[in-house]
Amino acid sequence: MIHITKRKELAPQQMLAIRLGAIVAALVVCGVITAMVTGLNPISVYGAMLNGAFGSQRKIWILLQETAILLCVSLALTPAFRMKFWNLGGEGQILVGGLAAAAVMLVMGGRLPNALVILLEIVAALAAGAVWALIPAVFKARWNTNETLFTLMMNYVATQLVAYYVIKWEVPKGSGKIGIINQSTEIGWLPQIAGYKYLLNIIVVALLTVGMYAYLKYSKHGYEISVVGESTNTARYVGIKVERVIIRTLVLSGAICGLAGLLLVAGTDHTITTTIAGGRGFTAVMVAWLAKFNPAVMVASSALLEFMGRGAGEISTAYGLNHSFGDILTGIILFFIIGSEFFITYKVNFQKKGGERDV
Amino acid sequence: MKSLEHMNVNRRQFVTMGVGSVAALALAACGGSSEGGSADDAAGIKVGLICLHDENSTYDLNFINGFKEAMETLGVAEGDYMIKTNIPEGQECYDAAAEFADAGCKLIFADSFGHEDYMIQAAKEFPEVHFCHATGTKAHTEGLDNYHNAFASIYEGRYLAGVAAGMKLQELADAGKLKGDAPKMGYVGAYTYAEVVSGYTSFFLGAKSIVPDVTMDVTFTGSWYDETAEKEGANKLIEGGCDLISQHADSMGAPTACETAGVPDVSYNGSTVDACPNTFIVSSRINWAPYYEYAYNQVAAGEAIDADWTGTLATDSVQLTEVNEAAAAAGTQEKIDEVKAGLEDGTIHVFDTANFTVDGKALDSYEADVDTDADYTPDTEVIADGYFHESEFRSAPYFDLRIDGIKLLDEQY
Repeated sequence: MIHITKRKELAPQQMLAIRLGAIVAALVVCGVITAMVTGLNPISVYGAMLNGAFGSQRKIWILLQETAILLCVSLALTPAFRMKFWNLGGEGQILVGGLAAAAVMLVMGGRLPNALVILLEIVAALAAGAVWALIPAVFKARWNTNETLFTLMMNYVATQLVAYYVIKWEVPKGSGKIGIINQSTEIGWLPQIAGYKYLLNIIVVALLTVGMYAYLKYSKHGYEISVVGESTNTARYVGIKVERVIIRTLVLSGAICGLAGLLLVAGTDHTITTTIAGGRGFTAVMVAWLAKFNPAVMVASSALLEFMGRGAGEISTAYGLNHSFGDILTGIILFFIIGSEFFITYKVNFQKKGGERDV
Repeated sequence: MKSLEHMNVNRRQFVTMGVGSVAALALAACGGSSEGGSADDAAGIKVGLICLHDENSTYDLNFINGFKEAMETLGVAEGDYMIKTNIPEGQECYDAAAEFADAGCKLIFADSFGHEDYMIQAAKEFPEVHFCHATGTKAHTEGLDNYHNAFASIYEGRYLAGVAAGMKLQELADAGKLKGDAPKMGYVGAYTYAEVVSGYTSFFLGAKSIVPDVTMDVTFTGSWYDETAEKEGANKLIEGGCDLISQHADSMGAPTACETAGVPDVSYNGSTVDACPNTFIVSSRINWAPYYEYAYNQVAAGEAIDADWTGTLATDSVQLTEVNEAAAAAGTQEKIDEVKAGLEDGTIHVFDTANFTVDGKALDSYEADVDTDADYTPDTEVIADGYFHESEFRSAPYFDLRIDGIKLLDEQY
């Protein structure tokens, strides 16, 4: 018989051992499945994955850039999640942030000095993201509406809003595409640092990570968020204005998603499409959960997810396999990583015959 | 088709089927190193293709098949050509192009309209690499030696497909099976973009050359690939009394809706006869292989690639699939061959101004927006010698006239 009991706190090295064991097991299972399904050599498939992520200087930059954006969204969701406010509206908050930035680039380009355009674009993007999160937050604080559904629905509104403006600004007519905004003048484009395309984004998110870590761990706000997350009644009892904390935290959460939209639109892509968020609003939920809402660990979890995504892309290029195969591998690896948490929290006891318990 | 490709991969690699342990990894590692490279590598030019989606989209599949076919014809070794799929129309396209350039590619293709600006960005950064973008509009105004657009005179293919549609309508009329008094067609388009307008107009004119009293309703989905919207669009048209449907969008939505409703369908991008044996008549498609071969040979010879390259019936870039005898009218293939000969020798022009009117008037002059700009400024006279000169001033279509006989049910896209 199998008997499951809750564990006491494990020593850090034991937790690490269980997690590493899970990754090794995941790699072996992936290898076996790769060999069985495709007949390819699993080692060379892993080699291709590594090559896809780290194979050249450019690939490393792209990996860092993608990690930075995903991390940015994860950091945005974290304060809300810590408060047990399930903000699933990251996607929409990124989109409206990006849309606001694009609007400023398009409308103000040529009318104001470039520095002012950039400043305005930053303010607009952060404000737009904040407003998109503020709406469900107010409803939650005032009338205790379900924030999961509300934030989710706001995504669709944002997508349609972007779709509308894409049609409005499209070039050429009827194409449904805006193309690169201000390609010849580069007005409203965030500056490149030392000629590196993605360095600015990476630095911004690195600073944000440190800031968010400190905010949650050492600030009064961070403490209030934790208390509200534990119990709103306790929070009220100790004199915390719960409604204010919810609204303040969601404005922060939305503004950081807006920042992600800004970095995408004004920093790298220089266009806006309905798919520019690329599902990051949802992937970030996984990143945050995997890291137990710890910003430092999120650096690792977002890097891991991006590594696997880039690796999957390389597999399809190198071996002519469908991109979905890479996704299958990612799924297997995530399954094992999430599964390992079970073995960290619980202990599996095998009962001996005769009902005697193994200690 | 897909399983065959996988077979190739299988043969190329060491196979470790059925071994279910870590030993499999070790074994396979030894096997991997014994794999040999292909001997014939022609001029040794590396080539890359960037695709918006993967083989599941009929549009991208058409590019991928053409690319592989061309690489085989040219004798390019397997390791010397690469395909990146699922590349969005954003910075990822620039990254993909730059990665290809890093990997030593001298010739890089992209297949989606929205890739264009990112290909231009890459072309500026890698002047020694040639970037060829299908369906784009900016090469002739951008002035870069290494950035090129390509398209095909697919309006001629659409016209021929329209002829097949006209034959079918005539057959239905003769049998008294039309839904209304006059034959009516329906068309599911993606956007109100000139490429789509040019496509449905040429299709309509092809049908009109057989049944002069035909009319057509057009609906738009606002997406190049939205199976549900395309299916709903087709159903709406069928309910609206259309006797025959065609489409310019990339999913199986419209063809399957037609098969379910038993309404004849003229397809696009390739044959859909397998899924629609009773309603599929014929399909036009662009064969991209001739362009890939042309561009490769120019680079190999150190010659310039045209800023705009338009494939034609003569270059075999515009193709029609086999006619499905089960659904098409008798004599369709013969009629197509006859009209095709007329198009090739110049006796028939698709956009002959004698064959269409705009607001009741025949046109003798029209300025089209050939040089793309944000205000869609008309800049080039495109009517001469009695016909609209499509795809001559740039490869991508610019016919955007709303001709009489075609009703747009919605225009929001």
